[in-house]
Amino acid sequence: MAPDSGRPAPGGVILEVDGLTMRFGGLTAVSHVSFTAARGEITAVIGPNGAGKTTLFNCITGFYRPSSGAIRLHRPGGPPAELHGLPGYRIARAGVARTFQNIRLFPGMTALENLLVAQHNKLMAATGFGIGAVLGLSRYPRAEREAIGLARHWLSATNLLDRADDPAGALPYGAQRRLEIARAMCTEPALLCLDEPAAGLNPRESEELARLLLDIRGQGTSLLLIEHDMGVVMTISDRVVVLDHGKLIADGAPAAIRADQKVIAAYLGEGEEDEDLEVEA
Amino acid sequence: MSPAAAIRDAAIAAAVAFGLFAMLVGLRTEIGPQSNLILRQRWAAVAILCAIVFLGRLLITWWLGRRALRPTTAAGPWTARLQQAGRLFAPAMLALALLLPVLPGVGRYELDVGILVLTYVMLGWGLNIVVGLAGLLDLGYVAFYAIGAYSYAIFAQYFGLSFWICLPIAGILAAFWGVLLGFPVLRLRGDYLAIVTLAFGEIIRVVLLNWTELTGGPNGISGIPRPTFFGLPFNASGDPDSFAGFFGLEPSPSHRVIFLYYLIFALALLTNWVTLRLRRQPLGRAWEALREDEIACRALGINITTTKLTAFALGAMFGGFAGAFFATRQAFISPESFTFIESAIILAIVVLGGLGSQVGVAVAALVMIGGFEVFRGLDEWRMLVFGGAMVVIMVLRPRGLVGTRTPSIALGKRRAISGDLVGEGHG
Repeated sequence: MAPDSGRPAPGGVILEVDGLTMRFGGLTAVSHVSFTAARGEITAVIGPNGAGKTTLFNCITGFYRPSSGAIRLHRPGGPPAELHGLPGYRIARAGVARTFQNIRLFPGMTALENLLVAQHNKLMAATGFGIGAVLGLSRYPRAEREAIGLARHWLSATNLLDRADDPAGALPYGAQRRLEIARAMCTEPALLCLDEPAAGLNPRESEELARLLLDIRGQGTSLLLIEHDMGVVMTISDRVVVLDHGKLIADGAPAAIRADQKVIAAYLGEGEEDEDLEVEA
Repeated sequence: MSPAAAIRDAAIAAAVAFGLFAMLVGLRTEIGPQSNLILRQRWAAVAILCAIVFLGRLLITWWLGRRALRPTTAAGPWTARLQQAGRLFAPAMLALALLLPVLPGVGRYELDVGILVLTYVMLGWGLNIVVGLAGLLDLGYVAFYAIGAYSYAIFAQYFGLSFWICLPIAGILAAFWGVLLGFPVLRLRGDYLAIVTLAFGEIIRVVLLNWTELTGGPNGISGIPRPTFFGLPFNASGDPDSFAGFFGLEPSPSHRVIFLYYLIFALALLTNWVTLRLRRQPLGRAWEALREDEIACRALGINITTTKLTAFALGAMFGGFAGAFFATRQAFISPESFTFIESAIILAIVVLGGLGSQVGVAVAALVMIGGFEVFRGLDEWRMLVFGGAMVVIMVLRPRGLVGTRTPSIALGKRRAISGDLVGEGHG
C-alpha cells in the first residue's frame, strides 16, 4: 500500500497538452497552448494574474471542456487517456488529482473521513457497490483497513496525524492546505495538480510545503503546479511554463526562465519606463 | 449594553410601535347614531401597547446582556448534555417502543397513535437519507409514499398478490420513480431543486386524482386486503386457518393492531439499520461529502450522478415501503392522504430533529405526531401551540434537536462535530 520508495528515473512524458484553446463567448482565455510535462518531475505554470493558468488547470482536470485541442495523459503500458473528452470524475479515475485555489475540503467531516472519501472508488468496488456492504458479505473490512493505512501514511506525511479526528473545517489554514494535498494523494494519482498551494502561507509553512512536494515527487508522482510564490517555484520546479494573455511565452528550466526577456516583460509590463522597472525589481 | 443605551434602544422600539399602532389601534371608524361615520380615538390602548413594547425590549436587552457571547467551535453546554442523555436515551426509547403493546394501560387508541408515530419515524428516516445525508432538498417526498400505497393497493386488488410480495414491489416501484425524478433534477440545486420536487409531488397526486380507471380518482381504492400473519388472516372466526385459531388464542381485534404495530416497528428499524450501516460505508460517506462540497467530490473521482440517484432511490424506496404499510393498515386510500402538507410535515420532522441525526428525527416525529394527538383537546388552539413549539425549538436549537454530527470513523475517540461546521447542502 505504501508508495514505492526511491525516485523513479525521470523520463517520458506524462501529460501532453496539444494546441489547447478555451473560449468563453468572445473571450479567448487560453489560446493554442502546447507543452508537455515529464514523468517524475515538477512542472510549474506561472504567469501574471489573468494569464489563463487556472483555466488551463480546469481544462486539464475536466472542469471545463476545451474549445479545441487535446490533452493526453500518458500511462506506462497502455494507450494515453484523452482527458479532453472525459467527464470530470473519470479524469480523477484516470489518475489526475487536484487541489483548489480556495480550499475545498469537506468541513463537517473529520480529516480522516476526508481522506477516506478520496478513496471512494476503490472502497466502493470492495463493498460490491453498496449492496454487499449492507449485508456484511464482502471484503470490505480488509479494504477499509488498507484505506485507513493509506490515510494514516498521508496524515503523517503532512504532519496531521494528531488532528485526524478533528473536523476539517476547524483546522488552521495551513493545515487545511496540507490536508487538501493529502486528500488528493489518497486518490493515488499519477499526476497531482496543485492550484496555488502556497497562497496564504507564511515563509516557514511555504518551506515545509516545498519539502512535502519534493517528497511527493520522490514517491513517484509527477506534479503540475500553479504558483505565485517565486521562491517556491524556482527552488522546487524542474521545469517552468509561462503563460501571458492566454498564450505560452516561455517553457524551460527555472534558471532559463528567470533570464528570459519575454517573461520579465510580461511580469513587469512591456514598454514601461526604466524607472518603473528598477522600482519593481 | 449600558443602562442609558438600553433605555434609548427600548425608546426607539416604543417609537416604532407608536408609529404602527397610532393608525391601526389609535383611530377607529364607527357608525354613529345618525348612521354616519365617526372617528373614535383610543389613545389609552396605544399607550398601553407602547409601554409593553418598551418594557419587553428592555427585558430582552437585559436578558441577552447577561450572557456574554463567546465564539467557539465546540459543542455548546446544551448539546453536551443532550449527548450524554442521548447515549441512554436511544436504547430506552427502543425498549419502550418494543414493549408498548404489553404495557399496562395501553389500549387500542395508544397503539394506533404508536403506529402513526412509527410511520412518520420511518418516513422521517427515509427522507433523512435524501435531505440529511445527501443534502438534496426534497419537498415532494409524499409522492413516493403515494406510489408505494397505490402500488400495493393496485397489485393486491387486480392481481391478488399478498402483502409480503407487494411490499418489495412497492419499494422497487417507488425507487424507480425516485430515479426517474432524480435524472432531470440532478443539475438543479437548492431552491430550484425544491421547486421541481414540489411539482413532482403535485403531479403524482393530480395523476392519481384523474386516472379514474386505475386509481378510482377522488373515490380512491377501498377494500384493500389486510395483511396476514404469513398467510394466516386475522379474523374473529376462530378457524384453524386464522391467526387466533392456529395459535389457539381467543380471537380478538387487537391481534391485528399489535401485528401492524410490530410490522411498522420492524420496517422502521430496517430503515434505521440500513441508514446507519450505509453511513459507515463509502456510499454514505460520499453522500455526506456531496452535501459538503460537490465540486470537490467531482475532483476526487466520485460519480455525482449515480451517488445522487442512489440517495433518491433509497429514500424513495423506504417511502414506498411506508406507503404500502399505510395502504394495508387503512384498507382505503385516496389522493387526499397524499397532499403537500404531508411532505411538509415529514420535512419538518427531519429539520426539527436535526439533519442527518437518526435519534433526533425519531424524537421529532414523536413530538410532532404524538404531540398533535395529545393536544387534541385544545381544539382550534392546537395549531397555535404547535406552531409556537416549533418556533421555540428553532430559536433554541437552530440546527434541530440533535445538531451535531458524529464522525463515521475515527482513529481515536469519536467526537461530535458542531453543527456550525457541517454543511446543509445546496441541493
